[in-house]
Amino acid sequence: MVAMENPHAHAPQGFIRKYIFSLDHKVIGIQYFFLALTAVFVGMFLSLLMRIHLVWPNAVLPLVGTIQPETYLSLLTMHGTIMVFFVLTTAPQGGFGNYFLPIQIGAPDMAFPVLNMLSFWTTFVGFVVIIAAFFVTGGAPLHGWTGYAPLSALPSAGPGEGLGADLWITSIAIFCVASLMGALNFITTTLDLRAKGMTMMRMPLTVWSWFITAILGLLAFGVLLSAGILLLMDRNLGTSFYVPLVVVNGQIMGHKGGSPLLWQHLFWFFGHPEVYIAILPGMGVASQVLSTFSRKPIFGYRAMVYAMLSIGFFGFMVWGHHMFMSGMSPYSAFAFSLLTMCIGVPSAIKTFNWLGTMWKGRIRFQTPMLYAIGFVSLFVSGGLSGPFLAQPVLDIQLHDTYFVVGHFHLIMGVAAIFGMFAATYYWFPKMFGRMMNETWGKIHFFLTLAGTYAIFMPMHYLGLAGGTRRYSQYTEVAYLAKLMPLHHFMTWAAIITIAAQFIFVINLFWSMFKGPKASDNPWEATTLEWTTATPPPHDNFGGVTPVVNHGPYEYGVPGAAKDYVMQNDPAGVTAH
Amino acid sequence: MGHPRIQEMATFTPTTPLDDIGHGHKPPAPPVGGGDDGRGGGDVPNYGARLRRARLGLACGIATVCMVFISLTSAYIVRQGLPTFDGASNTYVRDWGKTDLPWSLLGINTALLLVSSVTMELARRDAARRAALAPLAGIPGVSLGNEKSFPWLGVTVLLGIGFLAGQWLAWSELHARGFYVSTNPSSSFAFLLTIVHALHLTGGMIALVWAASASLLKKPVESRRIVVDITAWYWHFMAVLWIYVFALLGFVR
Repeated sequence: MVAMENPHAHAPQGFIRKYIFSLDHKVIGIQYFFLALTAVFVGMFLSLLMRIHLVWPNAVLPLVGTIQPETYLSLLTMHGTIMVFFVLTTAPQGGFGNYFLPIQIGAPDMAFPVLNMLSFWTTFVGFVVIIAAFFVTGGAPLHGWTGYAPLSALPSAGPGEGLGADLWITSIAIFCVASLMGALNFITTTLDLRAKGMTMMRMPLTVWSWFITAILGLLAFGVLLSAGILLLMDRNLGTSFYVPLVVVNGQIMGHKGGSPLLWQHLFWFFGHPEVYIAILPGMGVASQVLSTFSRKPIFGYRAMVYAMLSIGFFGFMVWGHHMFMSGMSPYSAFAFSLLTMCIGVPSAIKTFNWLGTMWKGRIRFQTPMLYAIGFVSLFVSGGLSGPFLAQPVLDIQLHDTYFVVGHFHLIMGVAAIFGMFAATYYWFPKMFGRMMNETWGKIHFFLTLAGTYAIFMPMHYLGLAGGTRRYSQYTEVAYLAKLMPLHHFMTWAAIITIAAQFIFVINLFWSMFKGPKASDNPWEATTLEWTTATPPPHDNFGGVTPVVNHGPYEYGVPGAAKDYVMQNDPAGVTAH
Repeated sequence: MGHPRIQEMATFTPTTPLDDIGHGHKPPAPPVGGGDDGRGGGDVPNYGARLRRARLGLACGIATVCMVFISLTSAYIVRQGLPTFDGASNTYVRDWGKTDLPWSLLGINTALLLVSSVTMELARRDAARRAALAPLAGIPGVSLGNEKSFPWLGVTVLLGIGFLAGQWLAWSELHARGFYVSTNPSSSFAFLLTIVHALHLTGGMIALVWAASASLLKKPVESRRIVVDITAWYWHFMAVLWIYVFALLGFVR
């Protein structure tokens, strides 16, 4: 360890530079975290309104009154958009990635701190813009988070498709720019700011996951941005990229020759990598936590890295499996189907290795570990329906049913959220200097695990039985009426699960101020963030440059003094 | 947070040899590889590392801009081949249309941009040379003389403004010939591609002005060199991108 003069050592003074427009990646990470926490509650509230409306369509609800069919579609659109962009993309990457990537590689900050700050505040503006869509004339847009044209391209296509839809696209364009700035920063930081001895193959798997996620973001968000520009032009400048000759309420719209499929291709070229942008950081956290709490090295470190790389690689080649219903050539569908099933291989490797990591470990069932195990469970349950949907013949039957809703919520929604919960319980001591309450953490875990399965497993059955998705009312559809008891069950499960989240929030804020003080390394983990003070000083290591001598997961090393060897342990290992 | 079971841990033996754990079959010490950690070496800022980092960031940025133009190209080609139903003839027809681009004007603009790329490169090399010589000036008895370099950066800014003004003229000319953004798909793309390129070039112009002012603000020459260097690479990329857009509009009609 070498102490040296360092430009980052002098922390900024004054509230605004320290907490609002801070250049410190740790503060920015926490800002992202709280932005996502706000967004997740907005998104969750919208889903609650939808679930209540589905079973009690005439109920008068707070803020929205009695929900009209178009209001239901607005709720659906905004729930999806807010959750995908401002929660699943924001918290794992922007939040935890920002906070822990530099520390885990032994860097004093991100490569471009000013860009990092800009990227957060741009995201924040994007969030404000999308929330504004609720309050303009016509309300929020109806076209779903996927924004399929021509519905999304015609301001007269419905209430909410006017100014609301413009705000929606603008918000997403802003979000794209913010994500691109973030991705650029993450990649440069990982490649260029690693401490001495931190070779690529000594990086914690969390760092690998953030790095690969950033590469996906860098290549995917630009495409969404240009797709969004074309959509804005169709809406406001009278071009015909996506809109064919179309009649709305007896009026010819003046567009001709465009292709709604063009939007779908561009959107899903972004949209499928986006799924991995949401889940990859969760995989990284699960690997980290499973290894730490099993007191065993991660099973197959290199296999884990290559599996993530190949998931990222294949992620760019399978977008067409979202479009089997669009009338694409069966030959293309076959190719997309085959490539989609290829992703099953690295996913299975990862699952096998997670189980292998736990196998015969001395497992400590603390809250982060429970959530990591929950992540693996949900990843398997949600993932297994993937190969079903990858078959064009099956997908044509299942595509517009709740089967798909169940599938993607389990794998992309809840599994990713469990990754975030694992990350929160695991890193909370480092971030806020105090421990979260274990008992309430466990209660929260079991309620959430049972609750999410109770919400989303029946959806598979509902879909197989022909329960269509996106309908606002099932009470009026005769053949679906028999499935209503299932909807009642899911709604009650949702109410209970959402109520259980308040346990988490109260635990979070209570522990932030009143929890027992955390030591520097409460979980006896090995990576660099646990070598520094809690919470870390402004330059992360207090003027000291860490030197890395070990791999990231050296647990249970025979002959070592303790059952774990820190990455910066200078002694190496005494005997073996 | 001590754990009572730690003492028993020796009972667990990993199946892999110790040296192989987690770091790729290398013995744990001494440290090899890894990056420069961004701290530099003591009091003197590590300009070499900063330059490398800035170039890496720029490469990522260029990858993104490439993705934007790749997706626009893909939309261009797909849209070109799309059939649309024609009620009069009761058949499917191509509605791509054509756009009468002012080729001679665009040719002059292209020449301006290419020349600006050359002047930018001269500015970049000049900045690099000055940065390399800067440490010598600190040695007692060594004088670098009073050499003044030609203001290549200023020339580049002027040529850049010339290019943008030329593009503006081209758009006006298109309007005069009756081609607007919504006239037909071909003109939509002609406007879209040139405007998106011009917007990116404007970003480069802002960086150029910043680079020129960084020199006025008496920043260290090494620091100024980094700004000039990444701006220059971005500027070259803009020239290549323009050639690409020009070729796309010219040959894929």
